[in-house]
Amino acid sequence: MWRNWIPFWEPGVSSYAGDVDLLFAGLLAMSVAVIMLLLVLLAGFAVRYRAGGHADRSHRIRKSWHWEVSWTAATMIGFLGLFAWGASLYLEVYASAPAGLPIYVVAKQWMWKAQHPGGQREINELHVPVNRPVRLIMASQDVIHSFFVPAFRVKHDVVPGRYQDLWFEAEKVGVFQLLCAEFCGTDHSRMSGRIVVLEPAEYEAWLARQDVGGTLAAEGAALFRELGCSGCHFGTSAVRAPPLAGLYGKPVPLAGGGMTIADERYIRDCILNPHAQVPAGYEPLMPSFAGRVSEDELIRLVAYIKSLAAEPRQ
Amino acid sequence: MKADVETNYLTADYRLRSWFLTTDHKRVAVLFFATITLFFFVGGAAATMIRLELATPQADLVRSDIYNRLFTMHGVVMVWFFLIPSIPTTLGNFLVPLMIGARDLAFPRLNLTSWYLFLIGGSVTLYALFVGGVDTGWTFYAPFSTMYSNGHVVLAVLGVFIAGFSSILTGLNFIVTIHRLRAPGLTWYRLPIFIWSLYATSVILVLATPELAITLALVALERITGIGIFNPRLGGDPLLFQHMFWFYSHPAVYIMILPGMGVVSELVTCFSRKNLFGYKFVAWCSIAIAAIGFLVWGHHMFVSGQSPFAGIVFSFMSFVVAVPSAIKVFNWTATLHKGWVSYDAPMLYALAFIGLFTIGGLTGLFLACIAFDVFVTDTYFVIAHFHYIMVGGMVTAYFGGLHYWWPKITGRLYPEYWARAAAILIFFGFNMTFFPQFILGILGMPRRYHVYAPELQVWNVLSSAGASILALAYLLPLFYLGWSLFWGRRASSDPWHATGLEWQTSSPPPKHNFVATPIVERGPYVYTVDGEAVPQNA
Amino acid sequence: MREAQPSFQYATLVQQEQAAQLGMWTFLATEVLFFGGLILAYCVYRYGYADDFAAAARHTKIVIGTLNTAILLTSSFLVAWAGALVKVGFDRLVAGLLTGAALLGVIFLGLKGYEYREEYREHLVPAVNFAFEAAHARGAELFFMLYFVLTGLHGLHVAIGVVVLLAIAHRARGGAYGRQYHSPVTVAGLYWHFVDLVWIFLFALIYLPGRSSA
Repeated sequence: MWRNWIPFWEPGVSSYAGDVDLLFAGLLAMSVAVIMLLLVLLAGFAVRYRAGGHADRSHRIRKSWHWEVSWTAATMIGFLGLFAWGASLYLEVYASAPAGLPIYVVAKQWMWKAQHPGGQREINELHVPVNRPVRLIMASQDVIHSFFVPAFRVKHDVVPGRYQDLWFEAEKVGVFQLLCAEFCGTDHSRMSGRIVVLEPAEYEAWLARQDVGGTLAAEGAALFRELGCSGCHFGTSAVRAPPLAGLYGKPVPLAGGGMTIADERYIRDCILNPHAQVPAGYEPLMPSFAGRVSEDELIRLVAYIKSLAAEPRQ
Repeated sequence: MKADVETNYLTADYRLRSWFLTTDHKRVAVLFFATITLFFFVGGAAATMIRLELATPQADLVRSDIYNRLFTMHGVVMVWFFLIPSIPTTLGNFLVPLMIGARDLAFPRLNLTSWYLFLIGGSVTLYALFVGGVDTGWTFYAPFSTMYSNGHVVLAVLGVFIAGFSSILTGLNFIVTIHRLRAPGLTWYRLPIFIWSLYATSVILVLATPELAITLALVALERITGIGIFNPRLGGDPLLFQHMFWFYSHPAVYIMILPGMGVVSELVTCFSRKNLFGYKFVAWCSIAIAAIGFLVWGHHMFVSGQSPFAGIVFSFMSFVVAVPSAIKVFNWTATLHKGWVSYDAPMLYALAFIGLFTIGGLTGLFLACIAFDVFVTDTYFVIAHFHYIMVGGMVTAYFGGLHYWWPKITGRLYPEYWARAAAILIFFGFNMTFFPQFILGILGMPRRYHVYAPELQVWNVLSSAGASILALAYLLPLFYLGWSLFWGRRASSDPWHATGLEWQTSSPPPKHNFVATPIVERGPYVYTVDGEAVPQNA
Repeated sequence: MREAQPSFQYATLVQQEQAAQLGMWTFLATEVLFFGGLILAYCVYRYGYADDFAAAARHTKIVIGTLNTAILLTSSFLVAWAGALVKVGFDRLVAGLLTGAALLGVIFLGLKGYEYREEYREHLVPAVNFAFEAAHARGAELFFMLYFVLTGLHGLHVAIGVVVLLAIAHRARGGAYGRQYHSPVTVAGLYWHFVDLVWIFLFALIYLPGRSSA
């Protein structure tokens, strides 16, 4: 049984789950205090000042703005504190992405497909090593899904038409439930899976055991040739296309001015909508491959281009 | 004091067409009341099926396709055909002219048009729901709703689109009425808080609803033509749908709660026999909630893929918008201090509102706190949060107001002990239904789930048991209020000895509300130290 | 001119006129939000598909668009003139001006219909027969979809305005309005001016992109 039915009986097992649980404790403590105060006051006043009673009703509070300002200020300060706490934790986790083990996840009605860089494929399961940041690059093949691992206290929607980044670091070995958290149709509630966290040695062993066709990058290389990309991007052709070696992770100046970073998102967008972000100094000549490549194939192409280290010019 | 035998708005004309062609705001209110009560039970029936199914972890009552249609129907009907119209079209339509000393609303024929539009929109949506239903959830997220759903999406959104115009007309009518038709001496700071909150509600109705209309129109367009407005395969952006949808739907939740808060201010003052503590603050807090409420929609999208920095801004604004609500709660509590508190059914509802709304509001802070929201968004925690606000808050306030003004509307007194029993049963049933859902959310049960992990069953069973109590409790008023229509004691013009203008005319009121236009001399909640009411126009 | 009485819920005609005007302003606020949502969608996609939108916009008929702008502006002038005149009598002239404005509205709609027909001929109607150069097809289809929805919705508002203006012109001719009671003319005028104003925004968003720069 991966989870008990008492809340927080199982502590969170990711690197920031402890912080999230602490935040919850703080919110809960504040809420309980406020609601108890309110209940005491309401019940107290309702009984003490009941219509038939003889309590002293003289010296009622006349000018109310002292009270108003006080409790408004107290509320605002309290709320600002909670906001700052939550915001700083959130930025720490979501505005940064540590270099992690990249794993590609494709969500489709109604299953999760995970693909490791070495080509290992899983359906509705994800094997990861413990105590190592894992970076998920997620895409959806159809509608919006949401990757939710309650034990890690982590969730991110998987929106079709773009890549989503999500990182986590599991701190405990075990099996944890993966759930889809955005309504996606008939079997939305059956779209669950398992996150299997293993010791590093076991993880390597598991990787070695899998039946692998080829690494993602190798399959991507084959696609690259099949689809004719190499015709313009490698070799000598009349068309001048940007070189791809060492492209991944570098800043790219754009034709209309401005800059962007060549991350997975950029590479995917270039394949599907090449005229949106043309690099400076190049003509918008690349055809779009929208409708001709699936999300699975895009992942392989992206993996391949990522693998192209900067070479001396041929 | 026995009511006179002279005619009132109910007895003025008995012909059927005097009802269906009426322009009397009081009759329009009664028409709306009948319609939204019907929708409440339709939505409630769906809820009953949902809770029955969720008593067991497996899918053993209905297939998943049907289950998805059930929770969609529950949401669509409850949000657009019960909660949004509820207090404004029933209590609001009835009381706004009375409370400001006017003979009717500014545009009586527009009022009737509003009811017919509501009826048409509701019929179209009900038709859609019954010929096969919609399975997208009440939020109609694209691209599922536009490209993948096999339900009657276009029909359903068409019904909501039409009903939206009903909302807009009601809001427009209230704004003009409150600005232009106040009785002599009735300055803004002498208005009952119920009017202030309806004014704030009307501003949101008028500004937010058209945006929903265009969003739903685009959904229908994409579904019919296949153009990729929100379809990523054709260059559209699913997140644009979410932004456009929530830009309306967040202010919509304030449309749903502000009138309830207004009712509570009326009840708390009358049943504490005391002036509202911090009247001006409470009045302006209504306006503040309406205004700031337009700036927080992104908190529904923290995990959607919007920029983390946008998320931070929306989180901050969501905390800010909670402040005026907190101020109101403090002011209501302070009103009881050194008052003369009685425990009539309306007051029980008002007290329940303050407690339950506060729990709902505090859990809203959990959700506004962005790092925690990532964990519990799209789970039962959110469902529990908004049911505490909508049902524990709004429906409770609606019932409180219904009981309070029942003598004015019908000319009859309801049986007090039955009403108190129902109020207590509702409170108990409600908490038993929805508190376990906070726990389910923290345990990781996502929303819109037909089947769930077996270890979550204990909380689901508790919730379903509570729901059966709640369902019975909601049926009780149907019976004793219905009974009172025929056999209840006749009410005097002011059975509660309250101060508002509506109590200075007969119960029920005559067709044109007042024999002579009242002249207002003082504020809305003036009571002596001994708790004697001093009416506004005495 | 007959002696006008306020409706029973109003104490004076002045109060009734003020209520009518506030009602129309409030209604126009809802229209701003209504068109605003569409314009927001347009702006989002224009930012995302700048080149495609520019290419698509070059296929709009700017001569007709400019002509239509002039027509609506003129009609608004006539309506404003009528609004000023009705307070001092001149029933027949007021009726004539309002009818003239309505006629201009009809010409606007006629030109719009001609424009739509041309666009149909040129395969620019999404979901019906859309065909565009491949490099810009995606954004162009979005552009034209938004174009048809925006101008279609606007045209519907113009049509309603034409009917309203004609109805009020008819009543003006019968002497229903004068110094004491003229709110229908004022209020209809407000609506018509708003419809005109929306068109000016649409003109800038639809006809002008891609034409100003090289």
